[in-house]
Amino acid sequence: MLDPTANGLHSGESPLLRTIGLTKRYGDFLANDSIDIDIWPTEIHALLGENGAGKSTLVKAIYGLIQPSAGQIFWQGLPIVLAGPSEARDRGIGMVFQHFSLFDNLTVAENVALGLDGKESFKDMSARLEQVSKTYGLPLDPKREVWQLSVGERQRIEIVRALMQNPKFLILDEPTAVLTPQEADQLFIVLERLKAEGRAILYISHKLEEVKRLCDTATILRGGKKIQTCNPGLETAASLARMMVGGEIKQVKAAAGRTTTVPRLVVNDLSLAPSEAHGVRLEHISFELKGGEILGIAGVAGNGQDELFAALSGERLSKDPGTVVIEGIAAGHLSITQRRKLGAAFVPEERLGHGTAPRMRLSENALLTGHAASGMVNHGFIDTAATLKTVDRATETFDVRKAKRDPEAASLSGGNLQKFIVGREILRNPAVLVVSQPTWGVDAGAAAVIRQALLDLATAGAAVLVTSQDLDELAEIADRIAVMFHGRLSAPLATSEATREKLGLLMGGSSLEPKEAAHAVGA
Amino acid sequence: MELIEAIILAVLAASTPLLIAATGELVTERSGVLNLGVEGMMIVGAACGFAGAWLTGSIFIGALFGIVAGTLMSLVFALMTLGLAVNQVATGLALTILGIGLSGLIGAGFVGERITPAVHLHIPGLTDIPLIGRVLFGEDAFVYFSLALIVGVWWFLYRTRPGLILRACGDNHVSAHALGYPVLRIRTFAVMFGGACAGLAGAYLPLAYTPFFIPGMTAGRGWIALALVVFSSWRPGRLVVGAYLFGAVTILQLHAQGWGVGVPSQLMSALPYLATVIVLVLLSRARTGGSTAPAALGTVFVPDR
Repeated sequence: MLDPTANGLHSGESPLLRTIGLTKRYGDFLANDSIDIDIWPTEIHALLGENGAGKSTLVKAIYGLIQPSAGQIFWQGLPIVLAGPSEARDRGIGMVFQHFSLFDNLTVAENVALGLDGKESFKDMSARLEQVSKTYGLPLDPKREVWQLSVGERQRIEIVRALMQNPKFLILDEPTAVLTPQEADQLFIVLERLKAEGRAILYISHKLEEVKRLCDTATILRGGKKIQTCNPGLETAASLARMMVGGEIKQVKAAAGRTTTVPRLVVNDLSLAPSEAHGVRLEHISFELKGGEILGIAGVAGNGQDELFAALSGERLSKDPGTVVIEGIAAGHLSITQRRKLGAAFVPEERLGHGTAPRMRLSENALLTGHAASGMVNHGFIDTAATLKTVDRATETFDVRKAKRDPEAASLSGGNLQKFIVGREILRNPAVLVVSQPTWGVDAGAAAVIRQALLDLATAGAAVLVTSQDLDELAEIADRIAVMFHGRLSAPLATSEATREKLGLLMGGSSLEPKEAAHAVGA
Repeated sequence: MELIEAIILAVLAASTPLLIAATGELVTERSGVLNLGVEGMMIVGAACGFAGAWLTGSIFIGALFGIVAGTLMSLVFALMTLGLAVNQVATGLALTILGIGLSGLIGAGFVGERITPAVHLHIPGLTDIPLIGRVLFGEDAFVYFSLALIVGVWWFLYRTRPGLILRACGDNHVSAHALGYPVLRIRTFAVMFGGACAGLAGAYLPLAYTPFFIPGMTAGRGWIALALVVFSSWRPGRLVVGAYLFGAVTILQLHAQGWGVGVPSQLMSALPYLATVIVLVLLSRARTGGSTAPAALGTVFVPDR
């Protein structure tokens, strides 16, 4: 028979959804290359793959958002063509987007209404919204506007919106990327319940432990092709990773016996009002970072990490110079360039538009941050040879892959551009490096290169501050980890003591002390 | 008494074209499109509206001509900015320049001609009530229509599903597209509605305000309408208040000169814009969160397929 999984479990019936030879072509680029996938009822099916493997393209085609170039989709055994998402929803396919498809200035109820077909009155819809959110334990206030809500609450809107269509098949695109471990656990309970109700779930993720724990089946994509469909419970995280990457991932190694020296970056009781309507107020942030040390800052996005970065980099100045001390010099009132001259370097989260000017060449981008301390400007004129040399050095040292010697920043892939930006800053031999989400959206190979570079920089004596939402990354490279919540920074924990549970509590805004006391009593 | 009544009547007459044009632009901007060509669409509406009325002798048909002319102008804008994803600001400015030239061409043959202006309502007894009679029961059809229009737009935006979808397109076109709404089609309709309103507002000038056409007779009213939308922070209720306020300023400016008040008329003409700037500053200071302007306003959207 046609059943490509041929595991015998489902013989004699047809899958809920099947794609055969599904292909999506953008010009010469094959985003999806002849993909066969079967989704059965009462199944949580993981879709695994690196960035750019074609996961999003595949689910967009299944949800009717894009039209496949070739191949066929079968729904309950019958071939279908989906002209748009509303047709997919009519058949019982629901989707929860990775970058939420919400409207910030509309209310929760209005947002939910927009995801439905509008056949029932707004009043009936609101009543049903309340009922669904109660049934599944996803509390929501229908009258609030979305911009006032936390990321977890926003995701709840998306899930409730999808559930209100009573879908047979629900697609979730990296749902836990933005959640604390505890919030993720709550989500898993909801998903198990949906599965028990006989629904099928397609779960996109690259968190392997999570997939092993939750999913019944896993399909792995690489470079637009399907590599394998397997039972994740029978695989190890390492074997899944091998299938995703197509080879071993280089292990990051910290040099033994790294010694800490003098404090190079000190923050004293830094408080700062938000500059934007949706911003977070920084409250009494203090920490000390010595040379040779990596401090990790964990936390769910939007808890003040961006504001802290701006305050450290000098994009926002504070009235009291003593709040930020770089290399022993009060720098709170100094400009970005002045701080760079003190030996600080900064890598922001957003690569295009913040870390680089997208439509400018790499050499020009090198000059934009390098003018402060290194000789790329000669009597006010740009030394083109020197800027190109910087590009070449970063390219060689950090294995930046690009089509020509000096392309526009926007033409590089995310991982290669990030390697260039990190390289550009590290080659200046900074005393202090502040880096935000260093490997966000970067493929595993490039991520290993970047993490190794940060470790090497610390070994060479620099102080490194890493903000990341990826707890595994922080555990791998940081010496101490602090958590940011609602603009406050927790006391740093030594990485050996920073368990996922402790960090998760801090990320959710709980304090550690009472819990620990309770444990002590229990023990 | 007579003077106060006359001033109120004049204010209503001066405010009506502002209100109609701004209502249209409010809908356009709520869908996420910034059409700076209001002045151009108005002036073409004025020329075509007068031509229609002069040729047929009917004010109603003149108004229809104005509406069609404004809509056609806005379709040019929609084709450029939505179909070809050209910058909205540049296209809007070009549309105004085009409109001023085009109206001169269309209207050239009609300069110096006169028509019978739109009739005013007259209900015996009611219209004769002193002070308020003529204000409430003695207006022309445009004035009543403009009020019905803004109430209708409010109801549409906040009480109907298509209105919700239109606002959603203006807030986040990527999300609206992801949910399966035809963003560009919705925006095209919104732009056309804006054009129709601007054309009607322009036609009001030679059909009801003055019974003749002169080139450039909109005299910057399109720009005031644009300022008015910002002034209202994109809310229909505040738009009505703003329209009558701005209308009052223009009338006061005339009377102030008559009374010998020593304020330069140029300063008075600048008052609507000045008021808009002040309101914008106050809004941004008082804001606790959320954005007052439609978040996707003026941004180009190209759906991926």
